[in-house]
Amino acid sequence: MAVSAFAGEIPRPERRSGYDFMSRETRAMQDDDTANPGLLWVLEGETLWNRKTGAAGRACADCHGDARTSMKGVAARHPAFDASRGRPVSLEQRINRCRTDRQQAPALAWESRELLALTAYVARQSRGLPIDIVIDQRTQPFLDAGRATWNRRQGQLNLACSQCHDDNWGRQLAGNVIPQAHPTGYPLYRLEWQGLGSLQRRLRNCLVGIRAEPYEFGAPELVDLELFLMWRARGMAIEAPAVRP
Amino acid sequence: MASALVNVPARARRGAVIEIKTLISHPMETGYRRTQLGAPIPRDIIRLFVCTYNGTEVFRAELHPAIAANPFFAFSTVATESGTITFHWTGDNGFSVTESAAITVD
Amino acid sequence: MNRPTSRREFLRTAGGVAVGIGLWSVVAVEPARATPAAMEEAIRKVVGAGRVSPGRVKLELPPLVENGNVVPLAVSVDSPMTEADYVRAIHVFTEKNPQPEVVSFHLGPRAGRAAVTTRIRLADTQTVVAIAELHDGSFWSASAAVVVTLAACLEDA
Repeated sequence: MAVSAFAGEIPRPERRSGYDFMSRETRAMQDDDTANPGLLWVLEGETLWNRKTGAAGRACADCHGDARTSMKGVAARHPAFDASRGRPVSLEQRINRCRTDRQQAPALAWESRELLALTAYVARQSRGLPIDIVIDQRTQPFLDAGRATWNRRQGQLNLACSQCHDDNWGRQLAGNVIPQAHPTGYPLYRLEWQGLGSLQRRLRNCLVGIRAEPYEFGAPELVDLELFLMWRARGMAIEAPAVRP
Repeated sequence: MASALVNVPARARRGAVIEIKTLISHPMETGYRRTQLGAPIPRDIIRLFVCTYNGTEVFRAELHPAIAANPFFAFSTVATESGTITFHWTGDNGFSVTESAAITVD
Repeated sequence: MNRPTSRREFLRTAGGVAVGIGLWSVVAVEPARATPAAMEEAIRKVVGAGRVSPGRVKLELPPLVENGNVVPLAVSVDSPMTEADYVRAIHVFTEKNPQPEVVSFHLGPRAGRAAVTTRIRLADTQTVVAIAELHDGSFWSASAAVVVTLAACLEDA
């Protein structure tokens, strides 16, 4: 099934990561592994990866071994189709599925320290790799749903994501430059949050920003939008954990 | 669940000036914020950071709420001898974290 | 999707929703700000009766910050850092944060170099001042003006 470039999509040579719109100092913060605050979560994630947990008394490492090898490329492929759910799931949902099904441990709450730490640790293993989302018969309808959300006007401000991020990227909105909104760096350390957060947190914030009702964490609308955003950024390198203003 | 990241060169020449970088996870709650209902959020910050080199203090920082969350410091010290460089953060609510790094000086 | 019958009805519905969102979230309500006078007083407390001369200190801050929550700051003092001639301490102050003191670094001849980098918070566009205290009790200063803007979109989460 051909997935053609959509009219209004940013042409590949013009695709820029949010990194390119940042100041020199913020870029330096991301590039230096000894100064990037996101690495604090990666460090914690590594500890959690090796910790036995749940009724099954299993650590991630018990099945997956060294994450540096086994998790390489995983974040670059998510959201990915999950046959048991019959739909694509985000990396966080995939981690929680392992926790409930394999470790017999309770699922970790969205934006909890532990879930962020594990997600950051796993995503870190894909750093530098190109985003590689598979669109086929199974995932096409979800991509279409995500794209529809992207193009739909929402909220009191009656804005569609595409209006800022496809049509007006690079322009100033108050003191900030509007980025193209490629999720290459998630989970990332946002200066505004003074902490690490997920893509879904950012999407919910954007919805609040245009005065729309934000979808709940884990809602299909958000995962579909994540899928669309990752597909839209296909070929761009993963930067997790990135730093952003 | 505090975690700290310290970066100290493993080896150095005697007399060389080495750069040390430290990062610690802490919200550094200023004490000036309020909830939407107006209740003040109490201050909770790291107040002191001390670096000792084989027991001798070589760097100290007194922090106030204006230090950003997850405090980061990059500073330097002279590689005088082999041994241990220790970092100690203390603050409100009994916060106390210690990290060490070994250094070989030849 | 149901179209609202009138603009007023639409706004009322959306407004109701907006109130529901973020009722428990944190808002940084602006407290009383420190003034340049408060900063002067804070500097006096450190310097005492001594004189502060501009010079020898280099204070680096971005002139326009991306976010006032995390502003990289680098301060250095032109000093050989020997037993005979060294920097004892570097103090940083702001004029418009809720309190003027930011941080005090205590160095000494073992530092090798009088140069420290950190990240600070700036509540508003303002001037930041660094005061260095040398071994001989003399004080030197540098200042930097920084523009701070709020984020364009409110997040409420």
